[in-house]
Amino acid sequence: MSTTPIITPAASAAVKPVKTNRIGLQILDYRGSKSTLCAGCGHNSVSERITEAFFDMGIQPERVMKMSGIGCSSKSPAYFMSRSFSFNGVHGRMPAVATGALLANKTMRSIGLSGDGDTASIGMGQFIHLLRRNVPMIYIVEDNGVYGLTKGQFSATADLGSRLKNGVVNELPAIDICALAIQIGATFVGRSFSGDKKQLSAMLKAAVAHKGTVLLDVISPCVTFNDHEGSTKSYKYMQSHEEEVGEVGFVPHFEDLTIDYDHDTTTDVALHDGSHMRLRKIHADYAPTNKVQALKLLMETHAKGEVLTGVFYVDTTRPDFSTLLNTVDEPLATLPESRTRPSREVLAEIMADHT
Amino acid sequence: MITSDLEVQAQATSAPASSAKRIVNDLAIQVATVNGSGSQSANTVLLRSIFHMGVPVSGKNLFPSNIAGLPTWFTIRASKDGWVARKADIDLLIAMNGESAREDVLALAPGAVVIYDEPLKLNELRTDLTFYPVPFDQLTAATGAEAKLRKLVKNMVYVGVAAQLLSIKMEAVEATVRKQFAKKVKAAELNLSAVRAGYDFAAATLTKQDPYFIEAMHATDGKIIIDGNSSAALGAMFAGVTVVPWYPITPSTSVIEDLIDYMKEYRVEADGKASFAVVQVEDELAAIGMVLGAGWAGARAMTATSGPGISLMAEFAGLGYFAEIPGVIFNVQRTGPSTGLPTRTSQADLAFTAGLSHGDTKHVLLLPGSVKECYQSVMDAFDLAEQLQTPVFILSDLDLGMNNWMSEPFDYPEKPLNRGKVLNAQQLEELGGFARYKDVDGDGIGYRTLPGTDHPLAAYFTRGTGHNEKALYSERPADYENNLLRLSRKFETARTLVPKPILEGSGKESVGIIAFGSSDFAVEESRDQLAREISLATDYLRIRAFPFTQEVAEFVATHDRIYVVEQNRDAQMLNLLKVDLDPVEAIKLHSVLHFNGLPLDARTVTTAIAALEGAR
Repeated sequence: MSTTPIITPAASAAVKPVKTNRIGLQILDYRGSKSTLCAGCGHNSVSERITEAFFDMGIQPERVMKMSGIGCSSKSPAYFMSRSFSFNGVHGRMPAVATGALLANKTMRSIGLSGDGDTASIGMGQFIHLLRRNVPMIYIVEDNGVYGLTKGQFSATADLGSRLKNGVVNELPAIDICALAIQIGATFVGRSFSGDKKQLSAMLKAAVAHKGTVLLDVISPCVTFNDHEGSTKSYKYMQSHEEEVGEVGFVPHFEDLTIDYDHDTTTDVALHDGSHMRLRKIHADYAPTNKVQALKLLMETHAKGEVLTGVFYVDTTRPDFSTLLNTVDEPLATLPESRTRPSREVLAEIMADHT
Repeated sequence: MITSDLEVQAQATSAPASSAKRIVNDLAIQVATVNGSGSQSANTVLLRSIFHMGVPVSGKNLFPSNIAGLPTWFTIRASKDGWVARKADIDLLIAMNGESAREDVLALAPGAVVIYDEPLKLNELRTDLTFYPVPFDQLTAATGAEAKLRKLVKNMVYVGVAAQLLSIKMEAVEATVRKQFAKKVKAAELNLSAVRAGYDFAAATLTKQDPYFIEAMHATDGKIIIDGNSSAALGAMFAGVTVVPWYPITPSTSVIEDLIDYMKEYRVEADGKASFAVVQVEDELAAIGMVLGAGWAGARAMTATSGPGISLMAEFAGLGYFAEIPGVIFNVQRTGPSTGLPTRTSQADLAFTAGLSHGDTKHVLLLPGSVKECYQSVMDAFDLAEQLQTPVFILSDLDLGMNNWMSEPFDYPEKPLNRGKVLNAQQLEELGGFARYKDVDGDGIGYRTLPGTDHPLAAYFTRGTGHNEKALYSERPADYENNLLRLSRKFETARTLVPKPILEGSGKESVGIIAFGSSDFAVEESRDQLAREISLATDYLRIRAFPFTQEVAEFVATHDRIYVVEQNRDAQMLNLLKVDLDPVEAIKLHSVLHFNGLPLDARTVTTAIAALEGAR
């Protein structure tokens, strides 16, 4: 340990004002427990970025539900936002639990943390139905191409021809989670890299501003089982093969929007909460509202051995699942008995129908 | 079996000379049709007309797993004594299906009656039955119904024929038809004309040669007719259910479909918004997952399913038990294993459900034995689930769920909903926080908070992995053991809260019967048969929940021999009892088992108990 004194909020106040967000909370209010994942694990960076994004956006932690399945990724909700409510369920079934929780209380925000095994193998069935329903939540896949807790087996997102540490070569094609999500119905789809702080932060904040299923596939290298030569999910591979579809900028709804941008090279997307996402084109034919183009670009980039990142697809018009169900404005969970138990007269009427 | 059944009948009706023999308000009618031919409305009219005459009645649909084309049988039992279980022997067959007719006729006991479609020439098959040929096609054509409706109308013709032969009053049939088609006046008229065509034909052409009559009684005054699934749907609505994820599966589908109908009618608010969310999901894994997610977030959530769905729910059931999340799973049992016979009844999910999941898991089960209890059990299950913070399973079955039963009207719930131990922000402030899994009250039940509770100390981490009292991840042996022991204490608390068994009889007999669920109807009748036929007086305890309450052990302790009647092969209830009872007591238990997919009948129970008692 360093001998530098830990700066507590009280002590720091004398030195310089503690930074608070727009609802008066400090970054400490968004911290989680100490991570038990490996040092250098990409997931820890993702937890950091989530912490910052919710702090920056000024979201009350008690209004957030953190959902997960099983695996290294699914442990990570413990490592950010301890003041939020968390549910670590069973393997591959986080979508159902998350959907149920939102059915019970549609006023809550929800963020799900999953992995490539939890999502693309055991959880594929529930995953695609979550996308199809456009359940209003952020669904992050911390994607490293291997099973960590069981010590390094391939997952279904491992690229064809990539090698395990023990030399085993993957002979099956990878499932592209983003392509799937675009096709099935998610309304905000992007890919990032745990090491790309700027891009991931902007995407997470935009995700918070969106109402609908946000699918973020975050390449998050496993330093223990998949960071070697021959892996396509290593830090080194990502550093040399990441190709951005466009630069992601974000202007939150509570900030001045007057900063102009070049309309020829930048697409402005107005998000549900009034924030704006600004996507600066790198690929000439890139339009974030065109499913076919997005899929074409994903496939072409993959064929070249490059990893496309950025926001691929956004649809702010399709209603989310809570809206479709047309339930009352208040949480169903806590409706008073007077609104959930019909009257004595109703029972009498139904009984009379059966005489 | 057939012979003894006839003996019972003879005793019951004090038969005069055979030519003048009248058997009043005591017969089983079987209507044999083709699946998908729309006979359900006609059969319901016949059933309800008898009900309208004031005669106790029950109806059972024995149908194949098929959309259309295979044989199906609907049986109606009228019983002045109020016996509503399946009766093994059929007294009146209405044979409309050429494919099954021969076999149906050959299966009848001597003396039975057959109304049949004339071209089938069934009268040539046997000489010991009474046959009434009816030219259904001509009678149907004469009603003037358009061709596409004739198949349906033809069914109403047999209602008319049967009504006339049995002396069911035409006014009773007419009132029933008008009620059934209350919203479709034209259809009511068409159906009535078909009933009259059959009635008039029988009056003019057929000579009454059989002894069966329906005469007016007052035994159905104030009663309702309803099926168990619809009753469960009502129970759910009045329990204040708000979240219902489900996956269609026979025979549970109508629980949710009826619930949707009721909720649309009674739970949509003035602004058009719903105070509920019913979601058809991708499979039963998702159904229970959503129930648990919603239960965790504070909603009253339930799903309905059958055996294969229960199998898929096993992993989540353990999570619900260990993470301590309320939810209600309504299982309408059918035969298994695997797909089994999806349209036949069974009580064979009992043992599996009691311990559903891996590890040390045990669940609270409710075992409704009537349509009224199907209704009540859902309300009880929600209160128990939220009080105990655990999934509660209700085990109905196809016989109870999909068939028509008479009942007293259901009671409006007088007690408010019991939402269990939930802390709000103010309480958290006063307490200075909480430990989610701490046994503060000594009943094994901790306090919980709901997501969104506006207090910095409200949140906790819910997980299926090992955890300590503060809900923090823990692999410490003592934490795991303490947690499991507390869950056991919670199960002991459940023992004091679940519905108590129902005792019938003096309580002083040496022979006892234990049964549960839909076996009740047959057991009730069997006790009457045992008393009359072999002078065996019995006490009867109908178990309504697991874990077993105190009364169950007491019943076993105070009887010499106990027959455990159940509808499965492996004596599942008996084995659950054995685990719970003192081994010295457990040897008093003997099994009476029935597992051919048909609803249990009294004769099966009587024969088995009589044999076991005789062999003693």
